[in-house]
Amino acid sequence: MMIKQRKNKIADIVLFVILAVGAVFILFPIAWMLSTALKSAPEVAMYPPKLLPEKLLLENFAIAWSKAPFTRYTTNTLIIVFFTIIGNVFVNSFVAYGFSKIDFAGKKLLFKIVLATMMIPGFVTLVPTYVIFSKLRWVNTYLPLIVPAFCGNAFHIFMMRQFYRTIPNELMEAARVDGAGHFYIWGKLMMPLVKPVMATVALISFKGAWSDFQGPLLYLSDKNKYTIQLGLQVFKGQGYTEWNYLMAVSFLSMIPILVLFFCFQNYFIEGMNVGGAVK
Amino acid sequence: MFGKLLTKFGVKSRKGRETAYGYVFILPWLIGIVCFVLGPLVFSFITSFADYNMLKVNFIGLSNYKKMFFQDQLFWKSLGNTLVYSLLNVPLVTVGGVIVAVILNKSIWGLRTFRTIYYLPSIMVGVGTYFLWMLLLDPANGLVNTLLGLIGIKGPAWLTDPNWTKPAIILMHLWGLGGQMLLYLARLQSIPQDYYEAASLDGAGMFKKFTTITVPLLSPIIFYNLTIGIIGAFQVFQEGYIFSGDGTGKPAGSLLFYNLHLWNQAFKNFKTGYANAMCWFLFAIVMILTVCNQKISQKWVYYEEGDNDD
Repeated sequence: MMIKQRKNKIADIVLFVILAVGAVFILFPIAWMLSTALKSAPEVAMYPPKLLPEKLLLENFAIAWSKAPFTRYTTNTLIIVFFTIIGNVFVNSFVAYGFSKIDFAGKKLLFKIVLATMMIPGFVTLVPTYVIFSKLRWVNTYLPLIVPAFCGNAFHIFMMRQFYRTIPNELMEAARVDGAGHFYIWGKLMMPLVKPVMATVALISFKGAWSDFQGPLLYLSDKNKYTIQLGLQVFKGQGYTEWNYLMAVSFLSMIPILVLFFCFQNYFIEGMNVGGAVK
Repeated sequence: MFGKLLTKFGVKSRKGRETAYGYVFILPWLIGIVCFVLGPLVFSFITSFADYNMLKVNFIGLSNYKKMFFQDQLFWKSLGNTLVYSLLNVPLVTVGGVIVAVILNKSIWGLRTFRTIYYLPSIMVGVGTYFLWMLLLDPANGLVNTLLGLIGIKGPAWLTDPNWTKPAIILMHLWGLGGQMLLYLARLQSIPQDYYEAASLDGAGMFKKFTTITVPLLSPIIFYNLTIGIIGAFQVFQEGYIFSGDGTGKPAGSLLFYNLHLWNQAFKNFKTGYANAMCWFLFAIVMILTVCNQKISQKWVYYEEGDNDD
């Protein structure tokens, strides 16, 4: 028994060391990003590179931010993010209610289609969808980036349906006996109960819409309408890359999601777990 | 209100009313699937047989497909790039994710901190991460090659050497494997501890326990992730677009992935008909992969009882 315990202890130490080394590899790039953001231009070009700048140039963040209309880009992004969240949260909870709490002809088949569409890569429909939006004259507006969020998302519908299924039907039946319709039950009874999963969907939507690059790249051509990601790409593309400034704005662009994650860690992780339950 | 409307239209049976309600509730999704999935699929199928530039449709039979398979060398190049990338990336990230999850499932000092650290890169999303990696992988004074230099290895030119561009992307994805790790971790935590205790009593060692308990119980989610991963690998676009700087897939076309080629055909050369043929070929590949994966998973994947209901 003694030998076994000692063996376990050694194994634990070995694992700890492996994890610690891995953690260093993960954190180093992030630290590098910050240290580069705080360097002066000559320090960035230096070889061999310096771990830390001589003087921490905190003003780099402000300088970098003003090098392109990043405040405008952020505002634009927030508009898209806001409507995407509203659409995803309410529409998907509405649709998921239909799929989990109402019995109707053809439900099983239609839900299979929901699951099947989760497997279709976005690029398969990208070109024809672009044609539709351009015929509607929606190109160079936010509509192509917002409207689809109001038309249901297979993954979110699935996730919310899983949650609805944990709510006992008796509650709903009782309300029905009292004469309540489905709209009332959804809006007044269910909404408060499914708040946690709505929060998860809101967070996933925030992350997706905030970091989306390909959508804005395709649909937005007017510089005043650029999102933060598109703005970053254009900022990088302008002639010689000033890495310290680029790293500064890149880091700033990541802060919203990092803050949200650390405040609402559990909701993020909840969403991941449901995703894993799909199989 | 809706109830009164139904009565007015003579829908009185409970079943009929429920069906009406059901379709009202799923209506947004129905509109979405018709407008953004089925409609586009049909439309792109039809125009894939045409010379189409978003203005004029001129049907040319199978010409687009002929051009795709027999003339467009970049089509094969981009398909090859995508295949190589997915065959390297998916298994590596999956195996990495499983290993890290298994280690992080043990009771080790500082566990919570480690989990957060490993998950951190997967919330550092957006274009900024790609720039960070361009900086890290700079051939001359990037951090990666500097570190390799410390142990006496002369690092490759990464994103400027056609042979090293894909490993560069994979390195970045390995850094961000925390997202997958979390999925496996959740699953691992649902495995009852007594399985392991029973195995220990029977004299099973750590490795034996891993191969006979952990792997089989993880297999459904591993297979799910392999499917999603391969389909995801066929979605690779941003890496090629951003790392090549101008969307051409340079150096030497090594970053020209399928979707980047498709994108350039559709939105740079305005060969919409041809791009739609490429869309359909992609659709066919993904369908085949999904079906294959389901067939294989039926054979190999261990499902717990009651795991597969509805």
